[in-house]
Amino acid sequence: MAETLTETPPRQKLDGARQRLSDRDGFLAWIFLVPTVVYIVVLVAIPFFLAIAFAFSDVTSGNPSYDWVGLENFYRVFDDAVFWQALRNTFVFTVISMLLIVVLGKVLAMVLVADFKGKWIVRFLVLLPWTTPVALSSVTWLWLLHSIYSPIDWVLRNVGLIEENSYFLGRPALAMGSIIAVHVWRLVPLAAVIMMVGILSIPDDITEASRIDGAGFWRRMFEVTIPLTFPLIAVAALFGAIFTFTDMAVVYVLTGGGPTNSTHVLASWSFVRGIGGGDIGQGAVIALFLFPLLLAAAILILRAVRKMETI
Amino acid sequence: MSVTVEVSNLVKQFDGGHVRAIDDVSLAIEEGEYLVLLGPSGCGKTTLLRTIAGLEQPTSGDVLIAGSVVNGLPPRVRKVAMVFQSYALYPHKTVLANIVFPLKPEKLPKQEREAKARWAAELLGIDNLLDRKPRQLSGGERQRVALARALVRAPHVFLLDEPLSNLDAKLRASARDELKQFQQRVGTTTVYVTHDQAEAMGLGDRIAVMDHGKLRQLGPPVEVYDDPADTFVATFIGSPPMNLIPRDGTLVGFRPEHLLPVEHVVGERVDASFHVDRIEYLSGDRHVYGTVSGIGKDTRVIARLPATVTDSVTPGESHAFGVSVTRLRFFDAESGLRSEPIQVNAEHG
Repeated sequence: MAETLTETPPRQKLDGARQRLSDRDGFLAWIFLVPTVVYIVVLVAIPFFLAIAFAFSDVTSGNPSYDWVGLENFYRVFDDAVFWQALRNTFVFTVISMLLIVVLGKVLAMVLVADFKGKWIVRFLVLLPWTTPVALSSVTWLWLLHSIYSPIDWVLRNVGLIEENSYFLGRPALAMGSIIAVHVWRLVPLAAVIMMVGILSIPDDITEASRIDGAGFWRRMFEVTIPLTFPLIAVAALFGAIFTFTDMAVVYVLTGGGPTNSTHVLASWSFVRGIGGGDIGQGAVIALFLFPLLLAAAILILRAVRKMETI
Repeated sequence: MSVTVEVSNLVKQFDGGHVRAIDDVSLAIEEGEYLVLLGPSGCGKTTLLRTIAGLEQPTSGDVLIAGSVVNGLPPRVRKVAMVFQSYALYPHKTVLANIVFPLKPEKLPKQEREAKARWAAELLGIDNLLDRKPRQLSGGERQRVALARALVRAPHVFLLDEPLSNLDAKLRASARDELKQFQQRVGTTTVYVTHDQAEAMGLGDRIAVMDHGKLRQLGPPVEVYDDPADTFVATFIGSPPMNLIPRDGTLVGFRPEHLLPVEHVVGERVDASFHVDRIEYLSGDRHVYGTVSGIGKDTRVIARLPATVTDSVTPGESHAFGVSVTRLRFFDAESGLRSEPIQVNAEHG
């Protein structure tokens, strides 16, 4: 017996079989990651560290040589009342827009999931604001809110609600309201679609069980639908917040920060100072203030996503 | 409290009338009865249950609970409780909150609600799980939570939609037993949907067999098994199903366990030659596959020999088998419905 065992011929490899490079997981993983890594390094990491570097320098568009100036730029930015106004505006715009986006998005999401004739056309129309480039839709709104030819004013005048034009973009309070309205208008569709996905992901059984258990519309909404879709509501809210917080196009096109710098936000003020005024160092300091909130938002989104996985 | 449930001439159409999920069904469920709706998937049994619950509205016909027509009324006023196949527990609520949920519309003080929920949990032996979330429970525990949630409101009718199908085979047998005991204890009228004939035979006071939206037969398990109303019921119920042999425009039917070696057939019998192909041993019984001749056209049939029949049966050989005349059932070959008995060469054994 022992002899026959030792006579077993050595195992041969399958004819012509060899491992290719594309069979190696480690190699593939690197290949697939490279585009993302390049993208993040070139378009996110380098600009971010450049901004930090410029914040401590006297670089201007006229004199790009790098000289260290310490906290000089910070002092100058903090001494400017417009900066504090812009910081306050950024938060006001973000918080109010976010609340409106979530509430209106929820309502719209419920309209989108409802079954009715021609719902595809409603869904299509609802999504249009989101698919339009921000600059284009902002220009359209600029016309709609024009101080002399505004069709909105025209309607209000003819209905008899106002006697003379509102000058939407010419009065600080109305200008801020207009900016918030445009943000809400363009971001509600996105929030609605995100929340619609949440509503659709609730099994029919659970909704039906709650109907059998005697829960009416409001109890079903607050005790079943909202808790079950909370992570997606949070994602919608945070997306709304991030897009409002970082956006400068709406402010820049509609008011250009006016009247008298009253509607500037961090992004638009940073642009005006850094690019328009050529003071790259100050522009960088202002832009850096976007970072902490974006970091917090990113952490909250990741947490919401993780919570979604555990339900 | 138990009440009657009745449906009369119920029709439910889907897709603008293209699909008749329920096709003119009438049946009456008695107080405290355990009625099982049995049928293959797509036969309309779940739609019937959902129509009784009020989750679907009938196209025509009436649903009556406790003698009153409840058509158009929402589920919550029908006082029905339903256990879903998936259990449909609220995943974000604890077990206690799940059980309390149906009590909230009743405007009881919070303490009283919780006391009731604890009573229901205790009845089902899950009072130690009240703080858990559904995802932390096993399939059997989830089923009990769903039952407790159904029970806590003291509903007039229980509606159960395949509540055992998500359990593994071993647990299913014990859960079936518990379910029956539980219903007997609370005495609530129950409608139970299943495609599993073992569940139907074991649980039901009566079984309603459905196919293609129609009610094929309604009766106690013994009757449905021994006296099937048509060939569908005859072949759907029983495992292996009833053997059907064509003879002069009639189908002669008999259950596999009644086709036995002649010496085991008591009383007047029909003789047949049974050419055996293959034998399976299944939990002590022998399932014998082969072709029978002498009763009608030569037909492939199955005989089930209980462990007490020890005669040697060899594949490839023909054996003298017989069926007791009292065990023969006759069906019209065209309609499949029960028909008058015909003369088959009877022998006295």
